[in-house]
Amino acid sequence: MEMPAPDAAVLAKKALLVERLTAVLPADAVIHEERELKVYECDALTAYKCPPLCAVLPASTQEVAAVLKICHDMDVPVVPRGSGTSLAGGALPTADSVILGVAKMNDVLETNYDDRYIRVQTGRTNLSVTGAVEEQDFFYAPDPSSQLACAIAGNIAMNSGGAHCLKYGVTTNNLLGVKMVQMDGTVIEVGGAHLDAAGYDLLGLICGSEGQLGVVTEATLRILRKPEGARPVLMGFDSNEVAGACVSDIIKAGVLPVAIEFMDRPVIRATEAFAGAGYPDCEALLIVEVEGSEAEIDEQLGLILQIARKHDPVELRESTSAEESARIWLGRKSAFGAMGQINDYMCLDGTIPVSSLPMVLRRIGELSKQYGLDVGNVFHAGDGNMHPLILFDANKEGDLELCEAMGADILRLCVEAGGCLTGEHGVGIEKRDLMVAQFEPQDLEIQMKVKDVFDPKWLLNPAKVFPLASSESRRAA
Amino acid sequence: MFEPATEQHLSEAIRDASGPLKIRGGGTRPLGNPVTGEVLSTAKLSGISLYEPGALTIVAQAGTPLAEIEAALAKENQRLPFEPMDHRDMLGTQGTPTIGGVVAANIAGPRRIQAGSCRDSLIGVRFVDGAGETIKNGGRVMKNVTGYDLVKLMAGSYGTLGVISEVSFKLLPGIAASATICVEGRSPEQAVAIMARVLGSPFEVSGAAFGGGRVLFRIEGFAQSIAYRSAQLETLLSDYGAVGVETDPDKTREIWSNIANVAAFHDTPGDLWRISVKPSDAPALVAELGMAQTMLDWGGGLIWALTEPGTDLRAVAPEIKGHRTLMRADDATKAKLGTFHPEPGLAAINQGLRAKFDPRGILNPGLMG
Ligand SMILES: Cc1cc2nc3c(=O)[nH]c(=O)nc-3n(C[C@H](O)[C@H](O)[C@H](O)COP(=O)(O)OP(=O)(O)OC[C@H]3O[C@@H](n4cnc5c(N)ncnc54)[C@H](O)[C@@H]3O)c2cc1C
Repeated sequence: MEMPAPDAAVLAKKALLVERLTAVLPADAVIHEERELKVYECDALTAYKCPPLCAVLPASTQEVAAVLKICHDMDVPVVPRGSGTSLAGGALPTADSVILGVAKMNDVLETNYDDRYIRVQTGRTNLSVTGAVEEQDFFYAPDPSSQLACAIAGNIAMNSGGAHCLKYGVTTNNLLGVKMVQMDGTVIEVGGAHLDAAGYDLLGLICGSEGQLGVVTEATLRILRKPEGARPVLMGFDSNEVAGACVSDIIKAGVLPVAIEFMDRPVIRATEAFAGAGYPDCEALLIVEVEGSEAEIDEQLGLILQIARKHDPVELRESTSAEESARIWLGRKSAFGAMGQINDYMCLDGTIPVSSLPMVLRRIGELSKQYGLDVGNVFHAGDGNMHPLILFDANKEGDLELCEAMGADILRLCVEAGGCLTGEHGVGIEKRDLMVAQFEPQDLEIQMKVKDVFDPKWLLNPAKVFPLASSESRRAA
Repeated sequence: MFEPATEQHLSEAIRDASGPLKIRGGGTRPLGNPVTGEVLSTAKLSGISLYEPGALTIVAQAGTPLAEIEAALAKENQRLPFEPMDHRDMLGTQGTPTIGGVVAANIAGPRRIQAGSCRDSLIGVRFVDGAGETIKNGGRVMKNVTGYDLVKLMAGSYGTLGVISEVSFKLLPGIAASATICVEGRSPEQAVAIMARVLGSPFEVSGAAFGGGRVLFRIEGFAQSIAYRSAQLETLLSDYGAVGVETDPDKTREIWSNIANVAAFHDTPGDLWRISVKPSDAPALVAELGMAQTMLDWGGGLIWALTEPGTDLRAVAPEIKGHRTLMRADDATKAKLGTFHPEPGLAAINQGLRAKFDPRGILNPGLMG
């Protein structure tokens, strides 16, 4: 993956920059020793690494504003960072950039159960937002699999989703307001505890903007009362096609489960070996979960099982206890880890119309043979958000490049099928140069104009999202 | 008047325009500050382009009548999740609401609290900006984070950033059964407290409103689930006196359509305001509003207020956060007070966006201030 060459003029300013940053932050919040900077050299897309010029860990919105103002004055690029779990290289530094990490800012500022929201600093992890309201039987709905580690900051920047977003929506549907610092240090507040925008929906624009419009320091999030109960059912099928058809039929039948998760044979085998969840050895598995009281669950699952039976499942296992539910989810939740045990993998995130699932899965199988790289599929089937995991060997010459080429082919296939390059992980550097497969030049130009408005100097996370060639004149200016 | 029948013609009409354009869908929601300009109508950009029930998605041209879309969805037992209100009786307009108008004004209804607003179900747009460029954003899949989310930005931009030519939505299955539960004789304080209690319960209420002293809740779902939740809510609400349950689905539909469309304030003289606040702020604001008549939706988060003509409702208890939109008033009042709540802290960004999307300032100039 190509990254722009570092700006020598910026590199030459390091000493002065560190001095100025140390004047507005405690000394231990400015990291500039090479050895210590290694922590920040990559995110979860570990194939790409580059230590930044320095890293700062401000503890308040004011400190963030002070840092940005300095970098703005000195024309130094800034890469915002939450927990560094991005799979798209969204938080990958360049050698001439400052990493601005919000990890120290993780306080709960306000909880309000009557109005059903929580206000937090954005360094707080996703799971600990729910942790803060759990005692009152509330939860924060978007639940990325990385929720133990990832921060609300990154969730907002990527508009992250999770297994349960079929029912509850993704981050943007659960975000009520933000406090954000613009690159020149201006602090703005968008939204709040009330619903909808007074004018333009800037909140909707900021969510998913991958750290390119401002640094989000506080967020007001919608919280919900926990359902009375939830119950998953495990379904095994003879082929991916049949499982895909079953998903489509469930959706058409008028029931809306909270989650429909899909795993194919390579993933089933890997997770069995890794976690031993007791999955049947079959071509495709679905986990379908519904929520409500016991009677409501019975009613919905009754319908779902009836549909599933029409597709000749090789296995239908309805959970009868909390323990069994946990086992059904265990394999799914450890799927990425399990695949990681086999080899290095690249996780794609293309989304397609649910109706194209069988066709796309078949084509991915063909591409796998053509490239000679194994692929496992584990994904959110209810909304067509695929996660093909391409296995490769990072130590083998040329394997990464082969994997990237195959990934690009799969993503182009998703676009051709009427879908998109990324459903929840974001573009980052990973899909940056593929944007032209999905967008016409004018579609990208208007998005870059939006960045012009928020960050006229193009200093915030500049080498991401847009193809380098498209953004070059702006970055160079 | 321009009435392009293709996106290409729409683009040409805008590119070649020599003066301001007044963008119109069905003309049933003349919201915003008065605009003068040549009318550009989307009425002929009409038709459902793609409907995939198995993928829960629909794509339609902007001028497609909302009723046509709702009928097509009903045939497959599906629906738009956000229950868009109808403004005709409130604003005294006639005509056919279009789906593009729904998007341009980000219209929702009582189900907002559960299913979100129009923007939450909108998954793709095509539009022509003020320079005549045809642009797409989003698409027709349920999850999409590819590039910036201009879909949300276009929703509720009232034609001032571009003229929407096509929209895509994610859908929900139809509603098998529903019921309305009612508690009588309450003050706004009590009503908002009761609504908070119910909305904080696990019983998935899809409507919570207060008007004429009655607190109303709606539940929707499968028949057994309705019976169960209805009984649970009756128990929960038993502390507050007699609880009424309406199980006739037609009655429930009528009750909530009246709430959505604010029927209580149809054919009434006076200005009409739409106020969005944190629900627990609603009782205090309602008290401060004094003479105004009010109705609450969204558990108290949405206040409809009918006032004496010309009243500046934003001057009342300005410390209460949120926004107050002037929905119905004469042109002079709209010009004086402005339809939309000013956002001084965001003005630079808003103006910056407008200048980029519509450099000549010809799309609905002045409508949003
Ligand atoms: C094992 C695994 C499973 C995953 N599962 C899911 C999943 O189910 N669903 C899903 O959606 N994602 C998933 N992800 C991806 C990742 O966890 C999400 O993208 C997450 O939201 C990133 O959060 P973060 O705090 O780690 O952000 P980072 O990686 O630190 O940064 C992500 C992006 O956010 C920007 N950013 C960070 N902080 C700020 C800020 N304060 N202001 C503005 N921009 C900022 C960064 O510049 C970067 O572009 C998974 C990742 C892993 C490793």
